[in-house]
Amino acid sequence: MTRDTPFEPDGGDGPGAFLLNADARPRWLDDVVIIGKATLVVYGLFIGLGLAAGLDFNGIVSTLQQVTLLATSFALVALALNLHWGYTGLFNIGIAGFMAVGAYTMALVTAAPDATFPGLGLPLWIGVLAGLAAAALVGFVVALPALRLRADYFAIVTLAFAEVIRLVYNSSALQEFDLLGVELGTGGGQGMSFPNLRNTVSRRLMYVDGDPTAGPSLVGRPFLAIGDALELSPSVVEGWVYTAVLVVLVAFVFVVITWIGNSPFGRVLKAIREDELAARSLGKNTDRVKIKVFMLGCAFMGLAGMVWQGRRGYVDPNLFLPIITFYIFIALIIGGSGSNTGSVVGALLFAGLLFEGPPFVQRIVDATFDLPRPPTVYDGVIALGDLDPMPLLGYAVGELPNLRFVLFGVVLIALMIYRPDGILGHRNEPASPLDLTKERPPRERDPASPEGGESDE
Amino acid sequence: MSEAGVSEQERAEADMLRVSNLEKRFGGIVAVDGASFEIERGTITGLIGPNGAGKSTVFNLITGVYNPDAGRVIFEGEDVTGLRPYQLVDRGLVRTFQISRELSGMTVLENMLLAFDDQLGESLWRTVVPGVRRSIVEQERALLERVWETLELFEIDHLAHEDAANLSGGQRKLLELSRALLTDPEMLLLDEPMAGVNPTLEKKLLERIHELRSQGYTFLLVEHDMDVIMNNCETVIVMHQGRVLSRGSPEEIQADERVIEAYLGGEI
Amino acid sequence: MAFADGRSHLSKVTLEQWFGVLLLAGLGVLVVDLVRRVVIGDLRFGTLSLFLWRGLVDGLIIALAAVGLSMTYAILKFANFSQGDLVTTGAFTGWTAAYVVGGIGVAEFGSTILLNADRGTSARELDMHLFGAPLAIIIGLIVAAVATILVALAIDRVVYRRMRNAGGIPLLIASIGVALALRYVIVFFYGEQTRGVTRSSPTVDHELFFWTDSLNVHQSSLVVIGVALMIALHLLLQYTKLGKAMRAMADNRDLALITGIPTERVILMTWIIGAGLTGVAGYLIVLETETLSFNTGWFLLLLIFSAVILGGIGSIYGAIAGGLIIGLATNVSLVWIPGDLTEVAAFTLMIMILIFRPSGIFGGVETA
Repeated sequence: MTRDTPFEPDGGDGPGAFLLNADARPRWLDDVVIIGKATLVVYGLFIGLGLAAGLDFNGIVSTLQQVTLLATSFALVALALNLHWGYTGLFNIGIAGFMAVGAYTMALVTAAPDATFPGLGLPLWIGVLAGLAAAALVGFVVALPALRLRADYFAIVTLAFAEVIRLVYNSSALQEFDLLGVELGTGGGQGMSFPNLRNTVSRRLMYVDGDPTAGPSLVGRPFLAIGDALELSPSVVEGWVYTAVLVVLVAFVFVVITWIGNSPFGRVLKAIREDELAARSLGKNTDRVKIKVFMLGCAFMGLAGMVWQGRRGYVDPNLFLPIITFYIFIALIIGGSGSNTGSVVGALLFAGLLFEGPPFVQRIVDATFDLPRPPTVYDGVIALGDLDPMPLLGYAVGELPNLRFVLFGVVLIALMIYRPDGILGHRNEPASPLDLTKERPPRERDPASPEGGESDE
Repeated sequence: MSEAGVSEQERAEADMLRVSNLEKRFGGIVAVDGASFEIERGTITGLIGPNGAGKSTVFNLITGVYNPDAGRVIFEGEDVTGLRPYQLVDRGLVRTFQISRELSGMTVLENMLLAFDDQLGESLWRTVVPGVRRSIVEQERALLERVWETLELFEIDHLAHEDAANLSGGQRKLLELSRALLTDPEMLLLDEPMAGVNPTLEKKLLERIHELRSQGYTFLLVEHDMDVIMNNCETVIVMHQGRVLSRGSPEEIQADERVIEAYLGGEI
Repeated sequence: MAFADGRSHLSKVTLEQWFGVLLLAGLGVLVVDLVRRVVIGDLRFGTLSLFLWRGLVDGLIIALAAVGLSMTYAILKFANFSQGDLVTTGAFTGWTAAYVVGGIGVAEFGSTILLNADRGTSARELDMHLFGAPLAIIIGLIVAAVATILVALAIDRVVYRRMRNAGGIPLLIASIGVALALRYVIVFFYGEQTRGVTRSSPTVDHELFFWTDSLNVHQSSLVVIGVALMIALHLLLQYTKLGKAMRAMADNRDLALITGIPTERVILMTWIIGAGLTGVAGYLIVLETETLSFNTGWFLLLLIFSAVILGGIGSIYGAIAGGLIIGLATNVSLVWIPGDLTEVAAFTLMIMILIFRPSGIFGGVETA
């Protein structure tokens, strides 16, 4: 019964395959169920909130799309961070920098040569490949000095690299420059424009040749049909198609990282996390393994930089502030570092409940109640003297988008004190392509033995 | 037990490991000051000495954790000085640690599976390319059989699914030794293998070591427990103040005035 | 861990040393180039001395905050990411006090208590500079130190104390949470806008220094206060029982515990001294930059960390030296690169020094 392995490469394509082999893939299904539940919780909350805010159907679907987009984006980066930190123990807090390298490389490769800040004018897919390669390469450059350092130094060095990267893109020195005779420009603090990734990708998928007038493509037809049936606006449908692409990407990265984790390579990663010297003393070239895994994680971060922060066809340095890195950390810690399922669940809950939730609550309160909105907290406190809590409450509601950062901080602290393994708790997933938890020693696994009947009871 | 009657020539050929004039300084402190000795193939050799004699540093110098400031380490006739730990493991020189370095967040099975050298699935691309992944699964199954064999030999198969962190001190030592065996070593360096091990387990561990020696493995152990050393080693090397003070059979060492002096002077 | 750090392979050592030589050579070339530029007149001596002076001023501020960070790093064994926001806390509380005191009878309390969040008053109205409102500014300085200490102690009690044995990384993550919460609590009260807080510094004409004939009073007082605090700290660490206990604890906490050092009291004193210096640093920054925003300290955090790491974590004197190096690097680098890349120069310098000295210039104690 242990002959069937989870995450076996073949036969894992259609959803039907899991269901038919449900017994053989408990880990798979468990994960899907957990992620499904988290999605339902977040969706349920937003549908409820949306109804309370008096949104029409189109508005609710659009809200759900935005939340899903954000959640998948967070999930993509959280998975990459899980590969670095959760699996290997590399405490990388330079995520924003690697995202910036991916997004800016794509921007420079795809921007038109005659734009205000010119690029190479190459097709998008080359831009994406270049972005992946560049992020991995920068990961290599960072890894060389950083991997020898202790965890806390490593953290600060990665943060410093990320800030160097952002400040260089921000610098007027690179606003416009010549590279081997080719004119390029990052736009400095103004940022730069390039072909809109979101629109290009979603239209490519939905319409023949990416042209809305040429009629829907095979993939686009069901989406458009559902959109028509539900009377959704075309832009909402396009948004959903792009979001669906991200969902597929997350699934892809999820499987890749799970495969890496559930393998002898993943075992070496785990050993490095636990005790690097022990791993070395067992004959593992840990330096090389760390460099490989760091580069791969950085490539995924670069990918996230492109499809998330670079999706609008515009990038500027403010999209890659260090706070982005901390969002990802909060998401991963909520779900529990070391678990891919946790990464995705954490991203969903963080994006839905903590990140998008409070501003949404503010909208509802604004729409439903007529609270005073004093300019400063002082006026609110003074009103308390007249036993009128409304001004202070109104001020607090007005500050909700800022107060949620306090919430992030409090959640992070509470998790570290009370649940350092994340809300899913400690999830022990042995690093092997086999499900080791089901393995039995040879003398216990003989079903044909005469005593077999007794031991079964 | 005695090596009398064997010529110098034959002895040199039988040497598994030769260490000559090793030196290591930390800042101003000379930890190892010109230590030289050889270990014969298929023997159990004990390395003893008062605290601070430089035993652990010699271990770390031989196994590539530290780089010597001077001197040579010759393993099976090849100069391996300055090689890194993983390269030495490839050549069959494997160690365990004084404070056992079980990988505490990993199960016993994972710990054991980690030890095998050159696993297909240790290259990143093989783990993610769908068709190729099958070969990893097959290899893993084969390796797992060897793991079970070894676990049963060491009688810790009932702990296979435990996290190593939950093992007792003695069980950890057993885990470390059995794990080291799976790397296919020629020679095992054991740093205080009996520390914190209860008498029953100690007996078991020693039985295993003797069994393995008779199969041709070579052992070098650092140990504080004199009974263990004197009752189990063919040869004993005594270090004092970074140098080799004496070398001989347990009887010779016990009769050596200098050794007694070094211990008395060093510890009381 | 000790093994991993002590490990050194012949090939690597030479590679590192080779890199170190290269780095020193590079710095040497820059110094030579600096001299050359001054000699041939490319760079006016007045400009260079201005860079050096500003480097000293910036360096002292960073050093003050870095000493605070280094102390908690050494005693509590974690990288405190909320240090930047403690700097901000010091700035806001201190200048609020200065405004309240300076605004008595001049401005509305509702405006001064929130440091002009409603734009109801102004630095001009309060004549907020050292000669205009000296008493208010001195009171503000004291309040900055005291308030920051209180905030730090409260945080220690609520957060870090529950995690004394949690290990470096969980504490680091918790401190990121503290940083976020603290920063946005400040935003809740004071708002997001960047405000002008002080008037520009008065100047005193003099003939003391040969490179300039007019002395910026704010910057000069900053230098005097900074140097005085560091000397006081030096005396405290070297000649008091507390200093000895702190050094013992930084070296080996378990041993300190066994030998009967009251560790919780040492931790308390560490927060008091460290946070006090940090709050003062935040207060003094405003004296130099004249403006303040809720991000002021957060933006400084990485520079502060660079200083601590350059000097070697846990080394107080290293932190001071590191602060000065970072301050000078961000200013003198202006000779060669545009102003928006000076921090890049400082961070790059830190990274490169770590390559050939992984534990900082002055060694430092192990924290892992």
